[in-house]
Amino acid sequence: YAVIHRNSCPSVKASLGAATHFFQPIRSPLTSVSLVTFGVTLLKLFPSCTFKPKTQKRHAAHFTFHPDPVPTKYGSTMKMNLFQSVTSALDNTLSSDPTAVIFGEDVAFGGVFRCTVGLRDKYGKDRVFNTPLCEQGIVGFGIGAAVGGATAIAEIQFADYIFPAFDQIVNEAAKYRYRSGNLYDCGNLTIRAPWGCVGHGSLYHSQSPEAFFAHCPGIKVVVPRGPIQAKGLLLSCIADRNPCIFFEPKILYRAAVEQVPTEPYLIPLSQAEVLQEGSDLTVVAWGTQVHVMREVAAMAQEKLGVSCEVIDLQTILPWDIETVCKSVVKTGRLLISHEAPVTGGFAAEISSTVQEECFLNLEAPITRVCGYDTPFPHIFEPFYIPDKWKCFDAVKRMINY
Amino acid sequence: MILKMAAVRRMMKLYGLGFHAIRQQTSLRASRVPQQRAFHVNGAQRQQPFDSSVEKPQFPGASAEFVDQLEFIKPNVISGIPIYRVMDRQGQIIRPTEDPQLSKDTVLNFYQKMTLLNTMDRILYESQRQGRISFYMTNYGEEGTHIGSAAALNPNDLVFGQYREAGVLMFRGFPLDLFMAQCYANADDLGKGRQMPVHYGSRDLNFVTISSPLATQLPQAAGAAYALKRENSNRAVICYFGEGAASEGDAHAGFNFAATLECPLIFFCRNNGYAISTPTNEQYRGDGIAARGPGYGMMSIRVDGNDVFAVYNATKEARRRAVAENQPFLIEAMTYRIGHHSTSDDSSAYRSVDEVNYWDKQDHPISRLRHYMTAHGWWGEDEERAWRKQSRKLVMEAFERAERRLKPHPDLMFTDVYEEMNPGLQKQKESMWRHIQQYKEHYPLDLYDK
Repeated sequence: YAVIHRNSCPSVKASLGAATHFFQPIRSPLTSVSLVTFGVTLLKLFPSCTFKPKTQKRHAAHFTFHPDPVPTKYGSTMKMNLFQSVTSALDNTLSSDPTAVIFGEDVAFGGVFRCTVGLRDKYGKDRVFNTPLCEQGIVGFGIGAAVGGATAIAEIQFADYIFPAFDQIVNEAAKYRYRSGNLYDCGNLTIRAPWGCVGHGSLYHSQSPEAFFAHCPGIKVVVPRGPIQAKGLLLSCIADRNPCIFFEPKILYRAAVEQVPTEPYLIPLSQAEVLQEGSDLTVVAWGTQVHVMREVAAMAQEKLGVSCEVIDLQTILPWDIETVCKSVVKTGRLLISHEAPVTGGFAAEISSTVQEECFLNLEAPITRVCGYDTPFPHIFEPFYIPDKWKCFDAVKRMINY
Repeated sequence: MILKMAAVRRMMKLYGLGFHAIRQQTSLRASRVPQQRAFHVNGAQRQQPFDSSVEKPQFPGASAEFVDQLEFIKPNVISGIPIYRVMDRQGQIIRPTEDPQLSKDTVLNFYQKMTLLNTMDRILYESQRQGRISFYMTNYGEEGTHIGSAAALNPNDLVFGQYREAGVLMFRGFPLDLFMAQCYANADDLGKGRQMPVHYGSRDLNFVTISSPLATQLPQAAGAAYALKRENSNRAVICYFGEGAASEGDAHAGFNFAATLECPLIFFCRNNGYAISTPTNEQYRGDGIAARGPGYGMMSIRVDGNDVFAVYNATKEARRRAVAENQPFLIEAMTYRIGHHSTSDDSSAYRSVDEVNYWDKQDHPISRLRHYMTAHGWWGEDEERAWRKQSRKLVMEAFERAERRLKPHPDLMFTDVYEEMNPGLQKQKESMWRHIQQYKEHYPLDLYDK
């Protein structure tokens, strides 16, 4: 696969902070150094090539990461970005659960997003290992490992590549317990996969496929918004007695830095978090989009005097209907936003349920600001994503409805 | 007849190969009438007539004999499938009869395409490093597999690539400007700026557009070859993939479909040693990819991918027979990925500099061909210097043009989702434009075609 990760976004890289020691130098002492030099020389030889390139402004992130306050109830904390907090959760698990195994493509050397760095050396290559390049194999193997008594943590290199494993997830993992009358289950399986847009990932490195899995009773689907949630929610997924899919916003791997507790802790699944209380309008999002919505809430307050309640859904399936509905009863307006295409996206499900539960409380139509109904495009990404301006405009329309 | 088949079977067993003797006969029959591409509904003529009087197995799933000794078949009956080559590492022809006897012009064209590809790679790799394009994948070290195989095909043979086969497209005449346009996702990109760099495609050159998911192209190639067979158009399909992709479920489906549905298809595996960081010994435990061919009832060969003539000969013969006999061929080209997996990868984290240096300095397909040309007096320092200068200029000029060009019109985000625009999507497009008009200053409209 055309992996995109390291140095893919200089602005993100700049915010690495403490992360740098995890991070391999980009220029390796390979033969390619001579190749690189050659290229540089060549570019210099042609001075006309120093003009500003007409490339997309891919360095300007479409969101500003809002770190959470430093958690106080779980003991000492360390500065970690999202991939490090995932590593920390996996490290805790491997150390406390001798049956735990971690596997997937390229995880042995640390993973293409560096989430498993150091774990093979620390816990052995029988516990942290590469698999052949086969997603259906990875998930099927994971189900089997869970059935056989292990705690199985499977990595799919990109959420976009999870589909060969769709059968194993939807027909097998999700139905194992039900079909056997609870004789067998694969609750000890957790599938991790990098998820969401990254600025230039185009069709196959940008997708947010949570809605496909939301249509599948028997599995849980979780998306964290930052390092603290990533660790607590991942540990909950691992501990949960049901198979879970844990989607990690890849654009946050390096961009999001927080003080994360070093000890294990659990953040409950199926519980949305109200990040900001408000009275006029409820906004619901998950993953990266939470940060877009926080900014929208600030803009709405500042420019329109509108008070938004911001909710991070966190668990997509089974989702926290109560928290969302309670909020809508209070505000009378609901805006839902995700990167995935609008049609059949999870916003549709939320909208439908809230409409049923809160019909008489609604002051404006429930509004979705989502990706368009096209594949995720490359050069058109700035126009495609449900950015803060689109969301802000929706808030305006809802208030003026 | 039975005796003869038994002999064949013993021979097959000896080599650990599970060919169907009947396949051989079919092949012979077909090769006598090479122009007539018989279209069979598979199966019926393969089944042996049922005869319960003979003391032999009657299982429908295998034609073999009973044995009375317990013995497991070893995974590697022989010491490994040999690697066919024509030239040694110094570019000397080993066996004159295997020399494809290509003309000077042809060989020079091979060399120029291989080196032009290399130059383009260097420029685009560096331009990614400078943030001019978002991503790139080089073809370093695998140039021989691209050019050797591409040259052995007919121009109208259909190509299904993975993502590291730019040389095939270059050999077919894809202009530098279009390579650059794709990588820059500018208004000239045939793919309309929708995909990441290196996802080329060309209808004119019969090169199906690259998609990132791995091995999806294998069963598709089988389907395409089946359709071409039915057209009786004397065309073949070639399908490229890596040894990593061969682990995907789709690879199994592709091999099995191509064999059972008798597709004129060449499966061309570039075994370059690594799937990103995963080395071959963590990818498979059998004898590479070629060893799988017999299991699927498929003709197979392993070649030295750094020997452009060996790749050429093997592909040429596989292509000829695939079309004449309506059967798939599997070529495993052994090579080495000298570059990183992509601009997002740093391979020093998982392999040694010495290892990479060996392939770069001691066993490079470009230097091997150059040795050959030098030995024939076709190429010297002067030619090399002049060509380097010329090729860099070609690449840089194309690069400059691509960089100056605007991006495609944003409307193109919404077309081709379906063949026709549907009302819902039309509405979304209009709503996007209404929004952009209102919030102009926040969108990079000036970079896009008006």
